[in-house]
Amino acid sequence: MDRRLRETTYEVLSRHGVDRRRFLRYCTMITAAMGLPSSMVSQVVQAMESKPRIPVIWLHGLECTCCSESFIRSSHPLAQDIILNMISLDYDDTLQAAAGHQVEEIRRRLIEEHPGEYLLAVEGNAPTKDGGVYCTVGGQTFLDVLLETAEHAKAIVAWGSCASNGCVQAARPNPTGARPVHELVHGKPVINVPGCPPIAEVMTGVLTYVLTFDRLPELDRFGRPKMFYGHRVHDKCQRRAFFDAGQFVEQWDDEGARQGWCLYKMGCRGPMTYNSCSSIKWNNGVSFPIGSGHGCIGCSENDFWDNGPFYQHLAGVPLPGVESTPDTIGKIAAGAAAVGVAAHFGSFVAKRALFGDKESKPADATKDTGDEA
Amino acid sequence: MSTQRVVVDPITRIEGHLRVEAILDDSNRIRDAVSSGTMWRGIELILEGRDPRDAWAFCERICGVCTTVHALASVRAVEDAIGTRVPVNADIIRNIMFLTQYVQDHVIHFYHLHALDWVDIVSALKADPRRTSELAQTVSPHWPKSSPGYFQDLLGTLKTFVESGQLGLFDNAYWGHPAYKLPPEANLMAVAHYLEALKWQKEIIKIHTVFGGKNPHPNYLVGGMASAIALESDHAINIERLNMVRTLITDAIQIVEQLYLPDLLAIASFYPEWTQYGGGLGNYLCYGDLPQAGIDDPSKFLFPRGAILDRNLSEVLEVDPRDPEGIREEVAHSWYEYPEGQEALHPWEGTTKPNYTGPKPPYEQLDEQGAYSWLKSPRWKGHAMEVGPLARMLVGYASGREEFREVVGEALGRLKLPATALFSTLGRTAARGLETRLAVHWLLAEYDRLIANLKAGDTATANTERWEPSTWPAECRGFGFTEAPRGALGHWVTIRDGRIAAYQIVVPSTWNASPRDSRGQHGAYEAALLGTPMARPDQPVEILRTIHSFDPCLACASHVIGPDGGTLAEIVIR
Repeated sequence: MDRRLRETTYEVLSRHGVDRRRFLRYCTMITAAMGLPSSMVSQVVQAMESKPRIPVIWLHGLECTCCSESFIRSSHPLAQDIILNMISLDYDDTLQAAAGHQVEEIRRRLIEEHPGEYLLAVEGNAPTKDGGVYCTVGGQTFLDVLLETAEHAKAIVAWGSCASNGCVQAARPNPTGARPVHELVHGKPVINVPGCPPIAEVMTGVLTYVLTFDRLPELDRFGRPKMFYGHRVHDKCQRRAFFDAGQFVEQWDDEGARQGWCLYKMGCRGPMTYNSCSSIKWNNGVSFPIGSGHGCIGCSENDFWDNGPFYQHLAGVPLPGVESTPDTIGKIAAGAAAVGVAAHFGSFVAKRALFGDKESKPADATKDTGDEA
Repeated sequence: MSTQRVVVDPITRIEGHLRVEAILDDSNRIRDAVSSGTMWRGIELILEGRDPRDAWAFCERICGVCTTVHALASVRAVEDAIGTRVPVNADIIRNIMFLTQYVQDHVIHFYHLHALDWVDIVSALKADPRRTSELAQTVSPHWPKSSPGYFQDLLGTLKTFVESGQLGLFDNAYWGHPAYKLPPEANLMAVAHYLEALKWQKEIIKIHTVFGGKNPHPNYLVGGMASAIALESDHAINIERLNMVRTLITDAIQIVEQLYLPDLLAIASFYPEWTQYGGGLGNYLCYGDLPQAGIDDPSKFLFPRGAILDRNLSEVLEVDPRDPEGIREEVAHSWYEYPEGQEALHPWEGTTKPNYTGPKPPYEQLDEQGAYSWLKSPRWKGHAMEVGPLARMLVGYASGREEFREVVGEALGRLKLPATALFSTLGRTAARGLETRLAVHWLLAEYDRLIANLKAGDTATANTERWEPSTWPAECRGFGFTEAPRGALGHWVTIRDGRIAAYQIVVPSTWNASPRDSRGQHGAYEAALLGTPMARPDQPVEILRTIHSFDPCLACASHVIGPDGGTLAEIVIR
């Protein structure tokens, strides 16, 4: 047990007779696998020399597991490189070899023996109605599991729209009182990675960023990493030229659809959706929803399920000729509900340093957890 | 009599939240079992009042592991209700996406969810790479990655990983348990293929991305598919896109024929005793799927529709999902209440009010005398039924379909087992592999059918005649179905004034994981566990083997809420 969190990757490798040269070659390979430029090899070397793999607890609440499925679709880096080389995925009931009390024991042991050292990844959210009986794990409500695990986590990654903003089970009338992580856990840094699911390379990108650069990525007012949620799908859409030219699909499978014209009139949410679908695209760049002929449903935006019907076109998007600002669109999209959330996330900008030395760790990262809902 | 009770919660390596309690006799044999779904989301209630054309997107989010299946059943239900039919190309594209899902999902299940029940990772550390290479070349002579160097490298990686002391996903498991029978070399080969399959699964699903824009959760459309086909366009499905699909299919054939099937048969040959356990109900139900002449002609489906009772393979019974006396759901042991005097309701009439009467969490055990699950108990003409790959293979086999008889006969011959061996845990696991073999070849056949139809000049992908709600009857209802990888899936929708008035879903894992019904009949999981001996009751390897052989999907199973809507019942926690 003692060795678990102490030995670095370099130490392990050298114990097995891997010399310095082969170690450096390995680091170069891993850097490439992560999709990072070669100029960053030295940072990867440093990480491998100085840090043991960080333990990760990956919880599942009310969800459909699409986030886990997306995660294993990652092309750069491969999910297995993350799981075997970069983190220590100590608890994940979807993939865990052990079951029942043996797996719950792992979670309890990490909380007790390594408080403040593990990363908590949350897929899904917690039902809060009726004492939380709508989701139990090991006889315990998921709400309790989430709160007790979050209390001693170093930071939290909220995977997907369920954990970030509620998603489908929180759509009207939200029968189970499902609530996203940031509404339930306080005093911890939370990175929201919305999408139903998020793009695979966005998920692995967020993790590798945190591990490589020892800090949280810069977040927007919804707690989303700006590097992946900084632009609207509309901004980089391959059909944008048709929007600007006023050429629209009017009916499914019409001539416009066959020529790849703009899907705005078919209800496309691209103009109000902040995500990387039109730049990174899906499944190693093969396509994205609009690219394959269907409008964006806005699955990374707050309350997108209740912003329908999906095939009714957006009101308030100025038609070609007038460029809208993201702020204007953002207001239309997010509405008044955003204000409270924005206030909550505003404080994160100052808390980015995460895995650096103790001195630079935010003072409140491991405290202030006594006020959970 | 002993009342030792083994509780396994969470059951891991499944989708969703499942709890199993097993009661053992004096010789540690399971004499009774309790299967409980411990999660409920209320998707059907959320659907009420919405635009039926949006329903597929909500339903698809019931499950991200069996992504696509609920979307498909939903668009079919709405199309059935509003009286529209899709173009031939849309049917074929849906079949291609359906088969892609089968191949990907079944391979992932075998290697990443089920294999660790049979494969001991720690034992793999003792393997000799040279002998592993020989074994691999014997098991699958044409699979290219089987050199001694390949296994030597893997062994090094595995040792580094284990000796780091950070075992991650493999920590605190049951390595060294006497139920593990594979020699170290077979274990090492299986670990190699665990990683190969993990790398490959992200490729095959690109077929979903081509036609549906993303995976998980590609797009569907009421009336057809949204991905237009235009052979002369650079912004639609054209020859480059089609070539990508074909390449992915031929790669998938190699994975299934040279990796999955050989591994399955090799591993199965070490566990003949598992043809004795896990048979369970012996009743099997299929709605059928893969239309070849439109959705209205089940006789032309590649997966036939039908039911088998009491393991009687000489008779396939007719199934009509619209029959009010056929499929009915009970709630005698579920955390729901029915209207006074109602015991079983057809999905058209189904009403559900959640009513949690279980112990207040945190709790130690459930009481099977009362309600103990968020799943209802669907029954067919009063019978508890098993659905899924074994049901499909048996119904196909018993229907006399030549393709089914060939793959089943060949596998049984190689394992030197009689047909009765199929009624077991190992039979269920093998059936999944065998239908993957059918599926991957059907995938190529469906692709060829698409090309032939395009060549004949038909490029239509959507029928928009009934797109506008103004063209729909004021009130209508429809039934949509599919054979999801885990089994028969049905959606029943009622539409009033262009909005969803009621939506009911009966899901494969609800059939399989259901609690007892009013007559005390076990669900399929519970029945399958009975009689299984456990070597070490505190290490539930045997329970995991049988439960995993069904490939549980609890997010699907426990979504249910009835069409009565209104306010939910007050929940009283005892």
